[in-house]
Amino acid sequence: MALAKRIIPCLDVDNGRVVKGVQFVDIRDAGDPVEISKRYNEQGADEITFLDITATHEARDTTVHTVEAIAAEVFIPLTVGGGIRTLEDIRRMLNAGADKVSINSAAVKNPDFVAEAAARFGSQCIVVAIDAKKVSAEGETPRWEIFTHGGRKPTGIDAVEWAVRMVNSGAGEILLTSMDRDGTKNGFDLGVTRAIADAVPVPVIASGGVGNLQHLVDGVTLGGADAVLAASIFHFGEYTVPQAKAYMRERGIEVRL
Amino acid sequence: MSSNFIAVIDYGMGNLHSVASALQHIAPDAHIEVTSDVGRVRQADRVLFPGVGAIRACMGEIRRGGFDVAIADTIASGKPLLAICVGLQALMDSSEENGGVPCLAHFPGEVKGFAANAEFQIAQASAPAAERLKVPHMGWNQVRQTIDHPMWHGIPDYSRFYFVHSFCVQATDPQVVAGVCHYGIDFNAALTRANVFAVQFHPEKSAEHGLQLLKNFVSWNGRP
Repeated sequence: MALAKRIIPCLDVDNGRVVKGVQFVDIRDAGDPVEISKRYNEQGADEITFLDITATHEARDTTVHTVEAIAAEVFIPLTVGGGIRTLEDIRRMLNAGADKVSINSAAVKNPDFVAEAAARFGSQCIVVAIDAKKVSAEGETPRWEIFTHGGRKPTGIDAVEWAVRMVNSGAGEILLTSMDRDGTKNGFDLGVTRAIADAVPVPVIASGGVGNLQHLVDGVTLGGADAVLAASIFHFGEYTVPQAKAYMRERGIEVRL
Repeated sequence: MSSNFIAVIDYGMGNLHSVASALQHIAPDAHIEVTSDVGRVRQADRVLFPGVGAIRACMGEIRRGGFDVAIADTIASGKPLLAICVGLQALMDSSEENGGVPCLAHFPGEVKGFAANAEFQIAQASAPAAERLKVPHMGWNQVRQTIDHPMWHGIPDYSRFYFVHSFCVQATDPQVVAGVCHYGIDFNAALTRANVFAVQFHPEKSAEHGLQLLKNFVSWNGRP
C-alpha cells in the first residue's frame, strides 16, 4: 500500500470555454469544460486543475457557474487558479465546488494573503502557484527566480526561498511551473523541481514542458514531484491518462489504476 | 417530504457543496439538506457529519451550535451516521492538534500528527530522497478493509480513496477499526461501531468507489 503519484490534466478556460483546444475524437463539444472534465474523470485522472484566464472581472461570474457545473458531475478533486486575489474570491470558488484554489500573483503582491487564506479556509485548500525562470548563467550555481503575469514580470525573488516562505505561511501544496519549459515539450525543469521538492515538506506538482510520457516519469523519479500536471499531451490526444499511468507503473511508479 | 431525508451538518466550517452534490448525484430521490439547524438534524433519517480545517475551530463551532448533543442523540437513536475526515477525528477522545483539544469521545484514541510520530519519522528518513513522505498526506491511497461491513458493499478490498490530512487516528480499541491505510505508519482509514461509520478519506472526491460508499450509506440500515 502506498500513496499514488497523481496525474493532473489542466484546462485553460477563458470566459467559460476551454482554450488551447482539446481534441477528443468523440467529444460533443471540445470547448466545454464540463464535457472535458467528465472525459478526464472517466479516463482516471486523479485531479483536475482549472486555470481561469478570463481577463475581465465581470466575466468571472461565468467561471463560478462553470466550476459549479463541473463539481456537480465530477467527483474528484478540482483546483481553480487564475485571478484569485481576495478572500472573497476564494470563498466564491470553494462554495461553487472547488476543493482547492491556487494563488499566484496575489501572493507576490501581498505575501500575507496566503497566511490569511490558510487561516480562514485551511492549508488543505491553499495551493501556491510559482512560475519560475532560470536566472543563473551556464556554469554558475543554478538559481531560479519567480515571475508573475504569465511569466512576463520579473520579481527578483528566489524561487526556492519563496516556496519555503509560502509553505511557512500555510500553503498546503506548491504548483511549480517552469516558464523556460512551458510550451516547449522538452520536459520539466528537473533542477528547480528537485530543489523545491527537497526544500518543502508539502506536496509539489511539477508543471511546464511535458512532451512525452518519459517526462512524467522523470518529474517524479528525478524531480521528486508528488504530482505531474500536463495539458497539451492529453488535450491533443497524443496520449491518454491510462497510457500515462501504465507507462509510469511499468517504470515502478505507484499510480492509481 | 421524501422518506429518505439526509441531513448534512453545517457548523460553519467550509465547503459542503461537494458532499451534498455527490449525495444528490447517487440518490436523486433522497432529500438532501445542508443544515445548521439542530432540529432538522434530529428529524433526519440519516446524518452526515463532515469536517475540514483545524480541529479546535471545528470543535468550537460544533459545541457552540449544540451539534455535540445532536450527534450524541443521533448515535443513541440508531440512525445511520457517516463522519468524514475531521468529522471522524471529532469523534475521537481528543486531538493533539492546536495544543490539545477534547473531542466527542465516541471512539477511543487520540488524533495525532504524522510529522510528530516517531515511526513516521523513521519511515521518512529511510525513504529514497525522491519518495519523501510529504505532509499533508494528500492524494489517492489504498484502504484495506479489516471487516466485512455493509458500507464496504461493492467496493473491492485495497481500493484507492482520496485523502487530505495532516493528523491521523490509531484507535486504542481494534474492535472499532473497519479499514486501515499505510503512509509511513498504519493508521485508521475507517472506524465503525453500531450505527456510526467514520472515514478519514473523502468519499465525495473518490470517484466511483467513493460514490459507492455514499450509495451504501443511503441504503444502510445502521446495523453492522
